Amino acid sequence: MSDDIKISKSFDLKGLACPMPVVKVSKGIKEVEVGEVIEALSTDPGALTDIPAWARTTGNEVVKTDQDGDVIRFYIKRNA
Amino acid sequence: MEHIETQLAELKTQLDALQKKSPENKLSMICFSGDLDKALASFIIATGAVAMGMDVVMFFTFWGTPVLRDANKSAGGKDTMGKMFGTMLPKGAGGVKLSKMNMGGMGTAMMKSLMKQKNVASLDQMIKMAEELGVRIYVCEMSMDLMGFKREEMIQYEGLEFCGVAKFLEEAMDSKIQLFI
Repeated sequence: MSDDIKISKSFDLKGLACPMPVVKVSKGIKEVEVGEVIEALSTDPGALTDIPAWARTTGNEVVKTDQDGDVIRFYIKRNA
Repeated sequence: MEHIETQLAELKTQLDALQKKSPENKLSMICFSGDLDKALASFIIATGAVAMGMDVVMFFTFWGTPVLRDANKSAGGKDTMGKMFGTMLPKGAGGVKLSKMNMGGMGTAMMKSLMKQKNVASLDQMIKMAEELGVRIYVCEMSMDLMGFKREEMIQYEGLEFCGVAKFLEEAMDSKIQLFI
């Protein structure tokens, strides 16, 4: 699944409620270089719309989204 | 040739004026309410906005002011009215009640335990998070005076300042979003 995407850092945000997923992702993305990809795991269904909205606003990119049961896995590329 | 240069200079001045007028990527919020639900919403929006790359300023006034009192601090030298307000109004984020379904405190207690169970951050945690993210907070000096609150009984918050309406308007004028909660 993740073999085609190279992940530089992973963030476990399971159990966290709004607004923590976007707050943590916005902090986490700054820990990698521009062009690198982070992985974020969330159980907040709201994150499905929130993370892409955050990415569009901040100029970053959700490369891929997977869902495995309650866990949503975001691959986010730092563009800005 | 000279004609073009004057036109260019004119355009430049106009552009500068326009740039000054265009709003910054900023959110200005008035936190008027002293209700737990509304205060929580204010801080969720504030921290979310920082995550979205915005500069955030919160102005606490009227019933919102006691949300920022420190439960462990007290201030002397108050008159009777000041003492009365001090006792009747919530002492900080922990004493704030729901706007609906408070039911003598039972509803608020239930909501707090539900929030813990669902891993929703408490108001106290949200204030700390806002401080960590650099959300600026201003407190209305007139509300402080009216309710008899002293500066030394407010929470320790990096960069907390006291102001009047002009400071809010200055920030609101060049903000993309202004909210009144």
